[in-house]
Amino acid sequence: MPTLRQVKKRIRSVISTRQITKAMEMVAAAKLRKAQMKIMQVRPYSEKLDHILVHLSASASGELMHPFFAAREVKKQTLVLLTSDRGLCGSFNSNLIGRANAWLADKAPENTELVLVGRKGYDFFKRRPWTIVKTFSDWGGNLDYDKAREVVDLLTNRFLNGETDEIKLIYTQFLSTTRYKITEATYLPVERPVVDEQKAATQDYIFEPSPEAIFTDLMPRYAYTKLITVLADSFASEHGTRMIAMGAATKNAGEMIDTLTLQYNKARQAAITKELLDIVGGAEALSG
Amino acid sequence: MYTLSIVTPEKIFYEAEVTSLIIPGSEGYLGVLSDHAPLITAIVPGKVRVKDTNAKEIDMAVSFGFFEISSNHATLLVDSVEFAKNIDLERAREALERAKRRLADAAGEIDLPRAHRALARAKNRIRIAGREDE
Repeated sequence: MPTLRQVKKRIRSVISTRQITKAMEMVAAAKLRKAQMKIMQVRPYSEKLDHILVHLSASASGELMHPFFAAREVKKQTLVLLTSDRGLCGSFNSNLIGRANAWLADKAPENTELVLVGRKGYDFFKRRPWTIVKTFSDWGGNLDYDKAREVVDLLTNRFLNGETDEIKLIYTQFLSTTRYKITEATYLPVERPVVDEQKAATQDYIFEPSPEAIFTDLMPRYAYTKLITVLADSFASEHGTRMIAMGAATKNAGEMIDTLTLQYNKARQAAITKELLDIVGGAEALSG
Repeated sequence: MYTLSIVTPEKIFYEAEVTSLIIPGSEGYLGVLSDHAPLITAIVPGKVRVKDTNAKEIDMAVSFGFFEISSNHATLLVDSVEFAKNIDLERAREALERAKRRLADAAGEIDLPRAHRALARAKNRIRIAGREDE
């Protein structure tokens, strides 16, 4: 049986832990709202861009090519893994890293390279045999358009220079606050949009200056927007998971405080009873 | 009258019914009225003039992007857009200086197309803001 003082000390420590987890939960909730807003904000743009891309592909003759569509024989691959910078978000990072490991299992280290977004991924992979081309960390879970541009430039340049033949993304798709889905997607080469022949025939677009020129302008933006979407999803999932994890921690701390308080009161009562018995015993001894 | 939405990667900037629109296409300025034929064009930095249903004219500065219209739904997708009256002339001038400096001491390190784009953007914003002052 722990002493009164020990129990009291533990209660105080659990209370301050609860305060911290509670604060983290609220911070995560606020950041989640912001990240969700980013998702909503970028969505109309990316939808319209998709829309234009489809029409462009439909109207332009089959010869239309952009380097981003170039599906080469895959010799070298790049994996982009999006993890969080910080921990305390449940199994978020371990799930992601687990998926990345599964994907890497049958790949040869000399033909596979990594681009890591988020420090947790780097912490794990820095001691592994895979080549790390670059790590982007300290985003703090917020979307930074300049940094995103840097990532896009790096990836597209590597692809265009033939340093890699395929770029895969492993990230979390945000479904709801409590749910995310770990997703594998091909970033480059870009898959050709599916063309609805009938719809394409009814709308005869005029292109200025030419479909080719618009393609040249459009594809870099398409790549950029896609990455922004992925980043926003990833950040929203991170904060959602953290919010849930911290909420659970806060609840657990509360339960622990209740149990400890009970223990404390019991110990206190026992001490009082013991003292009373001592006094009564003493008095009896005197009178006797 | 047709629906126009101006969208940037950051937000939906403007969404309303409009009667006419003048945009800086890559081949020159063009006016767009109702029932325009389906069109997709690239947009270069310049001035967009929107005439809304109350015949009020609104000027905006846009940078690079695309314009699409079909069956009276128009979309202007741009990297950035600003109302002419909100342009911060001071900041635009600073951006212009910065872009010029970067181009001047280009040691092969910088992203040349991007610097040129920044220059075009800054010039455009100054021009449009300046016109507002007159």
